[in-house]
Amino acid sequence: MGKKKISRRKFLVRGGLGTIGILAVGTYLFRSPIRRGIAGAIDGGESLYMGDTSSPIIWFEVTEENTIVLHSPKVEMGQGTFTGLAQMAADELEVSMEQMKVVHANSASGNMDGFATGGSTSVSSLWVPLRELAATMREMIKKEAASKMGISTSEASIVDGIVSGGGKTMRYADAVKDVAEWEVPDTPLLKDSKTYKFIGKPIPRIDLKDKVFGAPIFGMDATMPNMLYGAVVRPTHIGAKFIDADISKAENMPGVIKVVKEKDFVGVVANSQTEAENAKNAIDVEWKVERSWQTADIEAMIEVGKGEPFVIQKEGKSEGILEKADTTIVSEYKSPIGAHAQLEPNGALAFVEADKATIVMSTQVVKLTRDEIADRIGFDADQVNIVPTFLGGGFGRRLHTPNAIQAAVLSKAVGKPVKCFFSRKEEFQNDTFRPPTHHVLKGKLNSEGMIEAMEHNVSSGDVAFGSPMLPGILEPIIGADLGAWRGGMIQYGGIPNYRTISWRKKLPFATSWWRSLGLLANTFAIESFVDELAVAAKKNPVEFRLAQIQEDDKGFRLKEVIKAAAEKSGYTDEVVNGRAMGFAASTDANTPCAQVVEVSIEENEIKVHKVTCVMDPGLAVNPDQVRAQCEGAIIMGMSAAMFEKMDVEDGQLTPTIYGPYEMALMKHAPKEIDVILLQNSDVPGAVGEPPLGPIGAAIANAVFRLTGKRLREMPLKLS
Amino acid sequence: MQVSFFINGESKSVEVADENTPLLWVVRDILDLKGTKFGCGKAACGACTLHVDGEAIRSCSYAVKFAKGKQITTIEGLGNEENPHPVQQAWIEEVVPQCGYCQPGFMMATAALLDKIPNPTDEDIDKNIINVCRCATYYRMRKAIHRAAELKTEANPITEIENS
Repeated sequence: MGKKKISRRKFLVRGGLGTIGILAVGTYLFRSPIRRGIAGAIDGGESLYMGDTSSPIIWFEVTEENTIVLHSPKVEMGQGTFTGLAQMAADELEVSMEQMKVVHANSASGNMDGFATGGSTSVSSLWVPLRELAATMREMIKKEAASKMGISTSEASIVDGIVSGGGKTMRYADAVKDVAEWEVPDTPLLKDSKTYKFIGKPIPRIDLKDKVFGAPIFGMDATMPNMLYGAVVRPTHIGAKFIDADISKAENMPGVIKVVKEKDFVGVVANSQTEAENAKNAIDVEWKVERSWQTADIEAMIEVGKGEPFVIQKEGKSEGILEKADTTIVSEYKSPIGAHAQLEPNGALAFVEADKATIVMSTQVVKLTRDEIADRIGFDADQVNIVPTFLGGGFGRRLHTPNAIQAAVLSKAVGKPVKCFFSRKEEFQNDTFRPPTHHVLKGKLNSEGMIEAMEHNVSSGDVAFGSPMLPGILEPIIGADLGAWRGGMIQYGGIPNYRTISWRKKLPFATSWWRSLGLLANTFAIESFVDELAVAAKKNPVEFRLAQIQEDDKGFRLKEVIKAAAEKSGYTDEVVNGRAMGFAASTDANTPCAQVVEVSIEENEIKVHKVTCVMDPGLAVNPDQVRAQCEGAIIMGMSAAMFEKMDVEDGQLTPTIYGPYEMALMKHAPKEIDVILLQNSDVPGAVGEPPLGPIGAAIANAVFRLTGKRLREMPLKLS
Repeated sequence: MQVSFFINGESKSVEVADENTPLLWVVRDILDLKGTKFGCGKAACGACTLHVDGEAIRSCSYAVKFAKGKQITTIEGLGNEENPHPVQQAWIEEVVPQCGYCQPGFMMATAALLDKIPNPTDEDIDKNIINVCRCATYYRMRKAIHRAAELKTEANPITEIENS
């Protein structure tokens, strides 16, 4: 049989996202090129060759059991992405949900996201390409099956991965057997939304059972034969530079295999976790610390007016109006340093052999981590295979995971697999924190009590800037830190004059991506201030907002969530039975969200009883999981708004443990969370982050109605 | 030194270099039961919760020497797909987990709570379920705890008598 030609197809052209690779059956039964490619990469031999060597990407695999394995380049960190992707693929593949499996694509497979998993983009960015890949694959299998059954493709129909026609049937698994190469057709038309079987349905999470029965799916759970345990001494002080270490005592500790001293860190490899930790504690490290920072130093740095300003939004001439008027209202808001506090610490299991390295770990940045490791240990990038696992929380903490370098260095030093992860104290001290912010807002009402001019000045530590994901060369081109000002623009386009100015401040410790980036703090400031203006105008805050939203599609969707939230919650300015309501809304990544809270004060503490959340993420691929994201983001946002705060004391970031780092627990969770989804767009938008926006301001606005006291600083405290 | 105990119904004897080794690492690294998680190492988050003689304990801060001769249950022994514990069944029905990392600890804490208080009030839950979930799945967890109490009572209406 002659070999079939591989043609170029539509999705190969699109942004280098990749190709379908080839189809394969069975990991063990069939020695297909795809499996050989993966196995070869792990075992250190041949690289995968399939059409385009610059981008040999694998998406799907057909197993002997007639299931489809989707090798996802996006990692699952809790948002239900794998389930959403499986729904999207299953609909085009014409298979049942039970036939879909999703695994993490390792970097050696070639199916690698060149950037990251983050920014609430996994489902939305794959919405078209993944369905096109799946539809194309379906057509390829259908054609192959028809050919094997001796029928024409037009006679063939598919149900649940079984091709039928001419009185015969053939499973996908049998159709793809013994096919060495595939002819890839032009991308077929995608299904009409009316015919979706799975998209838009509340399908239970496909990782539910693994997570309920305790399957070893996380980076921390990874093992390899002859695995050893590593521990690295990490800095405890801001700006500490590693100078030298006395390792003599540690070298003689029980269970120690080797103490590894490098130019920039020292670590130990031992037979067990406990022995590794004990030996680590016996290492005496000399650090150079140039300055002993305090919270007050940091707060003084983060002040509007210091650093570099950059106007990111401007309409009309707010500056002239606000400066002249004596009726201008000016308020300042603040948010603290926030920790990620994800439950699974950072860590990696690394096995560096003579000519290849395998790194099993939780990371949001597969490619970056691969390249950094390769660079450090002197390997080519394709000699390093990152095997991503489920993440025990991401939240942006794993958008840079250089800790894997240390695991790799330790493994290389002993020639065996080494697992090495952070202690909780190290997590808190070496986090890439949510930066503290300072906001100055100015507003002036006109004679009708509407906003004539408004300004938002936000000063923040870096978020996107300084991140290895954004080359420094781009900073002057971009101008302002797009992470820091996320959510910082004024969304009320009906205001005639408004301006937003971002002030950049580089802090002496790492600040970076934290779920929703600037949205949390910026929305707290803006939506609290809009509430202040509504109060000054003696207007209902819902109507006040609605009257100042512009008449376009974005404005329409924002108005709809605001109207629905007010209606469903029965919003009122009145205090009823000791409870007050608070209203806030935000638009993040084109997903508008409005929230109404009901609070009371109990024993001088703010108690949130109920949250009504109306969000319009566009098409909800899995409405139940979109709801779950809203519920979780609301409570995480409450946690940040009401409790969380890192301090700097004598050069150390503190606290370093849960408890003292106060967070929302079961007892703080609202007893009622009512999530209503609007879908005023036929494509899926961002879900994981947008619902974090309004909650802080909504609570503060409710507290104002209850007590007359305006809380302008997170965490919100009554006294 | 050797330490012997029962875990998930099986008798086990393990060799540890140091009898103060936290039970967590014995369970995870020697017995290869990875469902019990490391979160903080200071008994502050509850990710490592398992049962020792029916009590929920935080195994990161529980020396293995104290487990001698005792009955240990981990998430793997709580139930399985064919025969889930009511808490696991409820967690599935309510689709609780997001990232999932802390969930075994919460389920173990809940299972122990239901043994003591078969029908916990919201206040009982607030007081006793004090683990940390960063995805903040508390809202569904509370629903699942109430559901688990129902399932457990349906399955075994005389639980309280048996336990007394």
